[in-house]
Amino acid sequence: MRYLLRQLGLYILAAWASLTLNFIVPRLAPGDPASAMFARYKGQLQPEALAALREAFGFTGGPLHEQYAAYLAHLFRGDLGVSVAYFPAKVTDVLAMGLGWTALLTGSSVVVAFALGSLLGVIAAWRRGGAFDTTLPPLLVFLGAFPYFWLAMMLLYGFGFTLDVLPLRHAYADTLAPSLSFSFVASVAEHLLLPATSIVLASVGGWMLSMRSSMIGVLAEDYVTMAHAKGLSPLRIMFHYAARNALLPNVTGFGMALGFVLGGSLLTEIVFSYPGQGYLLVQAVRSQDYPLMQGIFLTITMAVLAANFLVDVLYVWLDPRTRGR
Amino acid sequence: MGSTKIPRKAAVGLAILGVFFLMALVGPLVAPYDPSAFVDIPLQPPSRAHLLGTTGQGQDVWSQTIAGARASLLVGFVAGLAMTTIGATVGAIAGTFGGLVDDVLSLLTNVSLVIPGLPLAVVLAAYLPAGTRALLVVLVATGWAWNARVIRAQVLSLRNKDFVAAAIVTGESRLHIVFREILPNMTSVLASCFISATVYAIGAQVGLEFLGLGDMSVVTWGTNLYWASNDAALLTGAWWTLVPTGLSVALVGTALVLVSFSLDEITNPRLRAVSDWTRALAARGIRPGASTPVVRDHG
Repeated sequence: MRYLLRQLGLYILAAWASLTLNFIVPRLAPGDPASAMFARYKGQLQPEALAALREAFGFTGGPLHEQYAAYLAHLFRGDLGVSVAYFPAKVTDVLAMGLGWTALLTGSSVVVAFALGSLLGVIAAWRRGGAFDTTLPPLLVFLGAFPYFWLAMMLLYGFGFTLDVLPLRHAYADTLAPSLSFSFVASVAEHLLLPATSIVLASVGGWMLSMRSSMIGVLAEDYVTMAHAKGLSPLRIMFHYAARNALLPNVTGFGMALGFVLGGSLLTEIVFSYPGQGYLLVQAVRSQDYPLMQGIFLTITMAVLAANFLVDVLYVWLDPRTRGR
Repeated sequence: MGSTKIPRKAAVGLAILGVFFLMALVGPLVAPYDPSAFVDIPLQPPSRAHLLGTTGQGQDVWSQTIAGARASLLVGFVAGLAMTTIGATVGAIAGTFGGLVDDVLSLLTNVSLVIPGLPLAVVLAAYLPAGTRALLVVLVATGWAWNARVIRAQVLSLRNKDFVAAAIVTGESRLHIVFREILPNMTSVLASCFISATVYAIGAQVGLEFLGLGDMSVVTWGTNLYWASNDAALLTGAWWTLVPTGLSVALVGTALVLVSFSLDEITNPRLRAVSDWTRALAARGIRPGASTPVVRDHG
């Protein structure tokens, strides 16, 4: 319990740090980014609407702590300003459009990559020095060294463009309206396949290698030798004795890796014009939509922090030893 | 494995790195064309005049790949060095001083670790003036924390060694102990931190530039991919505008990882025992058992 509370404290502090960074960065930049930012709205916003927007970012002209207080007050009311790229939509509404798709794409591919990588790592460590163990890790390291979005482009070129078997862009067929019908779900799955595969290909190697090395450590333990001596079946030793314990360090790494994989998957979304946060991000960069960029930063940070906390809860559930601490 | 022989993984990695360094160093002398000049009809497939074809803007892809090597490797290695320096300083001070200093620095490290890097980098890069210096600041700001964490852990395990106790008894200052006693004794850890930081920096740089952040007029591996994607390279079937740059990034990344693996094997007796053991067994035609060998037989 103390462990969980300590972690929760860390995440709350991290959340506060990112809120504050979000406030400080525009003010640290040389020149007058506020005017540059608000100049983007020229001809789009009424003067009073512009004043409201300045207020939302705390550019009130008062001393810094007053600006900070104004910024926080607006933030807690869920006011992140108005988007330039999707004018006149509010940033929060624009973000809400993409959140589900990013959660679907990143969530499914991270879980698949983690499960597959851990399984491959168990097998590689078990058959150490075998053909599987000597060929697969270097291959996956090589695949993992490519930028995520580059693998995505290659898959798009191969399967979408040349072979024309899978869709090139978007999250579902343009002819369908979102519903819970079979054809819609099938279309979503079909559109998910290529982007998810590219993320899995790029990230599975890391999980495999860390699982393999932690398996090698666990296999040296006396209780594994004991299990062999008892004559237990290899499969039982492999999964029930070794893999369960070797998995723990990988679970701790999961939270850390999530932020990194998410970065890669945002870029993958761009390649497939997948309508998630990554696609919004590139729109924001192209039209210098600072409020949207900052909104994306905040949402993604909060999501990653929440996911990290969930992983910590899972870890406590998996490893009874942490409950004592 | 003899003590003087370079492990095979390291040899392969160093050879690949050597080729790319050479490319970055003498590149502009051997590049057939000006990388940013319009030299021929756009989107031509590889031919004798243009070994890797031309881009959507009529530039020579081979010349662009060479020019990109210089810019991308320079930024990658400088950022890697800066991240390692900052990480080592923070990690070593936290680990050696302990107490409140450690609490504060560890908290700072952990907070930076859980804040996702790319979205923060985008916000930073968007506000800073485009250019190499801003890019370096962004990369270092988002990537230093991992090194600090690894190095702090290593320092904690070295802190209780006799030579540190000896230095304390001699009355050396704590900063002297950090920088002259502890850090020099973990060169291999610092080296592998430097390698992973460089891999991160190259990848993050390519990613940011692909997004359109940074100076798009400079030829780097990231801007090459940005322009290729902007010119809809894939939908016109122009794979040659993407493949050379992507392969270069992956080869440099793999080479760095291979060197880092060998460093691990040289400095971690258990990993070395494993590879020696399996090799010795394989030479005798025996299949290794399930448990991990801890025996070592080095002359």
